[in-house]
Amino acid sequence: MSASAKSSSTYISLDSLLKSGRAQSEPSSSGCSSSGGSGKSSCGSAAGPDDMPAHIWEKVKNHPCYSEEAHHHYARMHVAVAPACNIQCNYCNRKYDCSNESRPGVVSQKLTPEQAVKKVLAVASAIPQMTVLGIAGPGDALANPAKTFKTFQLLQEQAPDIKLCLSTNGLALPEMVDEIAKYNVDHVTITINMIDPEVGERIYPWIFYQHKRWTGRDAAKILTERQLEGLEKLSAKGILTKINSVLIPGVNDEHLLEVNRAVKARGAFLHNIMPLISEAEHGTYFGLNGQRGPSAQELKAVQDACAGGANLMRHCRQCRADAVGLLGEDRSDEFTLDKIEQMEVVYDLDKRREYQQSVERERQAQHAAKLEAVAAAPADEDIKLLLAVATQGQGRVNQHFGHATEFQIYEVSGREAVFVGHRRVDLYCQGGYGEDEQLPSIVNAINDCHAVLVAKIGACPRDELLAAGIEPVDAYAHEFIEKAALSWFADYRARIARGEISHQPRGDARIRQGAYTAAA
Amino acid sequence: MALKITHECINCDVCEPVCPNHAISQGVEIYEIDPDLCTECVGHFDKPQCQLICPVSCIPLDPEHEETPAQLLDKYRRLIRL
Repeated sequence: MSASAKSSSTYISLDSLLKSGRAQSEPSSSGCSSSGGSGKSSCGSAAGPDDMPAHIWEKVKNHPCYSEEAHHHYARMHVAVAPACNIQCNYCNRKYDCSNESRPGVVSQKLTPEQAVKKVLAVASAIPQMTVLGIAGPGDALANPAKTFKTFQLLQEQAPDIKLCLSTNGLALPEMVDEIAKYNVDHVTITINMIDPEVGERIYPWIFYQHKRWTGRDAAKILTERQLEGLEKLSAKGILTKINSVLIPGVNDEHLLEVNRAVKARGAFLHNIMPLISEAEHGTYFGLNGQRGPSAQELKAVQDACAGGANLMRHCRQCRADAVGLLGEDRSDEFTLDKIEQMEVVYDLDKRREYQQSVERERQAQHAAKLEAVAAAPADEDIKLLLAVATQGQGRVNQHFGHATEFQIYEVSGREAVFVGHRRVDLYCQGGYGEDEQLPSIVNAINDCHAVLVAKIGACPRDELLAAGIEPVDAYAHEFIEKAALSWFADYRARIARGEISHQPRGDARIRQGAYTAAA
Repeated sequence: MALKITHECINCDVCEPVCPNHAISQGVEIYEIDPDLCTECVGHFDKPQCQLICPVSCIPLDPEHEETPAQLLDKYRRLIRL
């Protein structure tokens, strides 16, 4: 096994990441600065056609998970045909299944391959921007090879334009790579949380491999070897890979820098570092034992520290194994088995292509607006801060504050506005009235931001946001996000120059845990 | 003893393919074990495969089908002759 953990001079603690010299302005006493970190424009899934070979761009440009830009325009769906799993993770509890909850490993209705295909065709007819079908569990796609590959085979015959992808823990991967290639699966996600069995034994209580249940370091050693071998084989076949890592503070936080190097060395295309979700009510080992998830700034610090390694993905929504729609929305309720039975499904390839061409025109306009805004921006970079944006897609500031179930986070300097993450929140506005008790949780979720860009906002939340030091901004309604962010920033700088305001660092923010109850 | 699946079962499908005796099948609500086919993996493996892979530990011994190791081995031999 070639990838044992190497000791490294760049091995640094989460604390020192947070306090690293990357910060442009000094952190406040809370220890975190909103201007810390370097969201690089070259980083990761934000990359565009100029950053990669044409054949790879062709594969990722319409994939919402592989291209940050695409995720504003294109939708994905997961079909839950793979409930079985061959390992146990401390952040997963297979007993819990509530449709009100949004997290990986959870699903309300498992499907046969035939039912899955029917659902895909129904969704593709209703949502023409749905370009990607993934099998992500709720167990492990490759622990259910018969059902997974049967679904792919049927879909290739009936909906050849839909891209296929799967996600796996990697234990069964090395022997499956040929089969994966056979069905033209061109995107595979492997969850790799460690490359060191000492770290791994704190994440995985057991694995089932070659008719035995393995525990402790033996289990973690087998798992990491199989994962990295599988990754190497996929890379050798030219199959694009995304590595998902769950950031578990105190367990694998700084270790993820080593994981980042190891997976990059083996050809991983993207590295997606996600926050641990661990509420006691989920009943997971971590949840029940008080293992906390990271704060927003802790997550960003690790992501920023990895930014020079494998490309980083920051727009993952950790969606359910039966999610449908744009990332950040879930329309699976519209496509339950009994509902699709009654739908008239017409798979019209021409209509889908036509729609996607109109999306492409919109997207090019967004790209042009971004280039224009960046070109017009001054080159100095003495302030860097975070902005929250309410958007319902198309890359525009086009959502009412009260209707937002998440905010997208952009890091803005004089030179550029870079997507660095998203924050899920409880819906503020229900039935036309603002819910005042929701507001503190929204403030907590974007507390590291200087302003929030919205299409519209009511008087009450406006005042409360201002009191919390977050500027509500509706002056750029329906503009493209990057352009709006840079315009606001220029105005912010001008106000500082005129002495009207002074630039203050912001605190940390909380990553929303628990049920995704905000069904819009 | 044969094994049985309790109502803790989450229908995750993981046990069915690992059973060397094809004793496990999807029932009306949850997976079920045919006691005439279950040898607790005697003859095939050291330990019952379904117990080892079940994520919710819902496959105990079935007290209504008590068998000695010798009886299980007999059952195994009978089954592989079929």
